[in-house]
Amino acid sequence: MHEILTVARKEFRDGLRNRWVLAITVLFALFALGLAYFGAAVSGQVGFTSLDTTIVSLASLAIFVIPLIALLLAYDSLVGEAEMGTLMLLLSYPLSRFQLLTGKFMGHAMVMAFSSVLGFGLAALTIGVLTGEADSLALWKAFGLFILSAVLLGWVFVSLAYLVSALSSEKSRAAGLALIVWFMFVLVFDLALLGVLVATEGGVNETFFPYLLMLNPADVFRMINLAGFEAAEVYTGMAAFTSGQLSNIPLLIVVLLLWSVAPLALASWVFNRRLS
Amino acid sequence: MSNVIELEGVSKQYKGVAALRDLNLHVPRGEVLGLLGHNGAGKTTTIKIILGIIEQSAGRVDVLGHSPSGRDSRALRMQWGYLPESVSFYEQLSGREVLDYFARLKRVNAQQRDALLERVGLAAAADRKVKTYSKGMRQRLGLAQALLGQPKLLLLDEPTVGLDPVAVRDFFATLDELRSKGTTIILSSHVLPGIEQHIDRVAILREGKLSAVGTLDELRRETGMPLQIRARGDWAAGAWESRFSENGIQGYQVNGHQIRVESPADQKLAVMRLLLDDSNTHDLDIQQASLETLYLHYMGTAGRIQNDA
Repeated sequence: MHEILTVARKEFRDGLRNRWVLAITVLFALFALGLAYFGAAVSGQVGFTSLDTTIVSLASLAIFVIPLIALLLAYDSLVGEAEMGTLMLLLSYPLSRFQLLTGKFMGHAMVMAFSSVLGFGLAALTIGVLTGEADSLALWKAFGLFILSAVLLGWVFVSLAYLVSALSSEKSRAAGLALIVWFMFVLVFDLALLGVLVATEGGVNETFFPYLLMLNPADVFRMINLAGFEAAEVYTGMAAFTSGQLSNIPLLIVVLLLWSVAPLALASWVFNRRLS
Repeated sequence: MSNVIELEGVSKQYKGVAALRDLNLHVPRGEVLGLLGHNGAGKTTTIKIILGIIEQSAGRVDVLGHSPSGRDSRALRMQWGYLPESVSFYEQLSGREVLDYFARLKRVNAQQRDALLERVGLAAAADRKVKTYSKGMRQRLGLAQALLGQPKLLLLDEPTVGLDPVAVRDFFATLDELRSKGTTIILSSHVLPGIEQHIDRVAILREGKLSAVGTLDELRRETGMPLQIRARGDWAAGAWESRFSENGIQGYQVNGHQIRVESPADQKLAVMRLLLDDSNTHDLDIQQASLETLYLHYMGTAGRIQNDA
């Protein structure tokens, strides 16, 4: 454990030092505040909109931004150290490959968690103070769930970034692969799913459909944040699915947790086989 | 057990390409071994196998009495230090922070960490970011890292590449100090001049095979490379020709003032006695085959070099 924590600590410090933490925190806070304030601009008003609308639009934006940031943060985690020569060196130290990988992942996971909690938390506080609802339970419940799921979404894509990094022999290839991963999960998957639905004319039945959505962590994140919001029906037209399995939030959170462990486990397997 | 490293019949294949072929090498405790070879000869592969970073395809590897890729390699890893070839450290961290990271992994306390920074001459720059360091400073940081935990075995891969002469001198001073304390050191290099006096034995790798191993004297004997003896003095022209042939010595009198002899090592004293007994001899100069000459000989280009000389 000492080894894992040492590596994690160094990785987090690196994140602080090269301004990743600061950049992500500021970005998140600005997004949240901006959407809360200008979210109703389309309907001709400026000013803080309803909590539902804020969370729903924030979630829609976060689905694009968080995976991208997480992938950018960690795609070169292994291949970058390999190119620097420090990977060889670390492998000669008294720590296992598993400890190295886990420690690095924990460091990056901390960067995502810290930035999300601080950035979105500050935004929530500001919204609360400016609307005079800082002590409203609904506000903190909604933001609390949003932040929790945002952190988990970040971890999922950090985990995927490790898999990308373990599979790549060069930094530039890792970058390309990371972009493809982002593209697949954030854009292509939903289109493909929609295509299947249309092509089969609804042949995919309603009990099976939720499980298909769980194959994409970005969709799981979406469901967590849209479930139970009336605004979601207006914005997404996915009302039909915000029931049954898809509104079972504890289950969805477990799915995200699984999603943040599985690619890392695969990365660990690949990493162990490489260099030998 | 007196051997720190024992490699027996070690081979390594990468996807069918042989990087090392049937390598046998024993390194006794306290020895400084120069591991020489061209690029791609297998130097780094050998080091990686010794460190258990990669596993051999065949053969037996024993380091400090254990298998480096075995279950108990953790204790082993505490006892060695490694300086990889052209390593660049975390640019955003300070020298002290970088060394702190490695010190924690090796469970070395802060006191020893700072003492090492002092020792390699980085104390003043310790709190500057590594990205402001020169190549020499980075290499010194790398050396400090390798010395964490007072290792019994030190593996240095091309440690002097890209260093200025002062830095090279400092590096060898540190090396000699460690050597006098009995640290076993493997020094991999393709830069030859100047390392002779810092190593005990040489191992020369060529295309994944060990083509020679031994002390410099052993290699000179093995290759039969002659000594060059030059003398200056005042003699009658041609006076020495007959004296050389009487004694079975291969010598040439260049002119009335210069003599050149190529002598096998075992004839060295006989030739010198002959020259010193002559009161007309003013000066003697002996040159042994250098490490570079020996190296080139084993690389199979010796003929060309001798013709050039």
